[in-house]
Amino acid sequence: MLKKGDVAPEFTLYATPDQKISLQEFKGRNVILAFYPADWSPVCSDQMALYNEMLKFFKKYNADIFGISVDSKWCHLAFEQSRNLHFPLLADFEPKGEVSKKYGVYNVEEGESKRALFVIDKEGIIAWSYLSPTAINPGADGILDALEALNSK
Amino acid sequence: MSLKPAIDNNDHFQGDEKASIEIVEFGDYQCPHCGAAYPIVKEIQDTFGEQIKFVFRNFPLSESHQYAQIAAVYAEAAALQNKFWEMHDAIYERQSYLSEDFLKTLAKELDLDIDQFEVDLESYLVKEKVENDFESGIRSGVNGTPTFFVNGERFDGGATDLYQVLKESTV
Repeated sequence: MLKKGDVAPEFTLYATPDQKISLQEFKGRNVILAFYPADWSPVCSDQMALYNEMLKFFKKYNADIFGISVDSKWCHLAFEQSRNLHFPLLADFEPKGEVSKKYGVYNVEEGESKRALFVIDKEGIIAWSYLSPTAINPGADGILDALEALNSK
Repeated sequence: MSLKPAIDNNDHFQGDEKASIEIVEFGDYQCPHCGAAYPIVKEIQDTFGEQIKFVFRNFPLSESHQYAQIAAVYAEAAALQNKFWEMHDAIYERQSYLSEDFLKTLAKELDLDIDQFEVDLESYLVKEKVENDFESGIRSGVNGTPTFFVNGERFDGGATDLYQVLKESTV
């Protein structure tokens, strides 16, 4: 798993059925990547619901958040609509799990991403990362602490 | 995980200010689990009386629960007329009726100064209180409701577990 100080690997993934997002478009802003195992599973849903409530706090720190799982763009779309999510979910779908593997957070046995968080600074360097036990919602306190540390630099 | 910030003057509390057991609940007025926890918290308060100081902080999941935010704002605006707990209790006691009309009815039932109340509903102070509570929850590792803290440390269990642990530890 990539750690603080590593360069965040570039990626381009579908965020909606007809739009892709690249990490490099967000140079100059802080980026939060939340890898999670699957849409619809109970813990992930709570976790994404929590981040959904926190968008205004993330904005305060000039940060954008993206959820990433191996689910397809259509599955993400249905999940976003069902949960009323207001931030993009990226589809690490083809080749399956490629981005998760680059970040060192792919679970080969399950064929899913692990539950992991990365905060990437404005220059594209990883400022903080955290691997959570799969069944536990990691919350957001670590993310806020990392963003605060970046802001006070 | 510990409570950040610690209990201060901005918090609403019941019980004895200097009680040896401090319980903080992070709650959402529309959350069914919080509704289920409400009578158990009351029972805890009845059982332990002045041994307990109970604080409620807002953690509205407003994207999941349509009326969570507005209900929190109503309770905080009622607090400015010293009726926080009356509003808090009234909402949880009839949680299944929660709607904007229902909240307006409660404001009348509680005999609030309605003109002042309507001004307070829109005030920055009230909105800020709800936001600060939410941020303190995030900071303290709250990721769902209800979440309880006992003497500043997160309690990993529900209200029933809390009651059980208190009964065992304060014989």
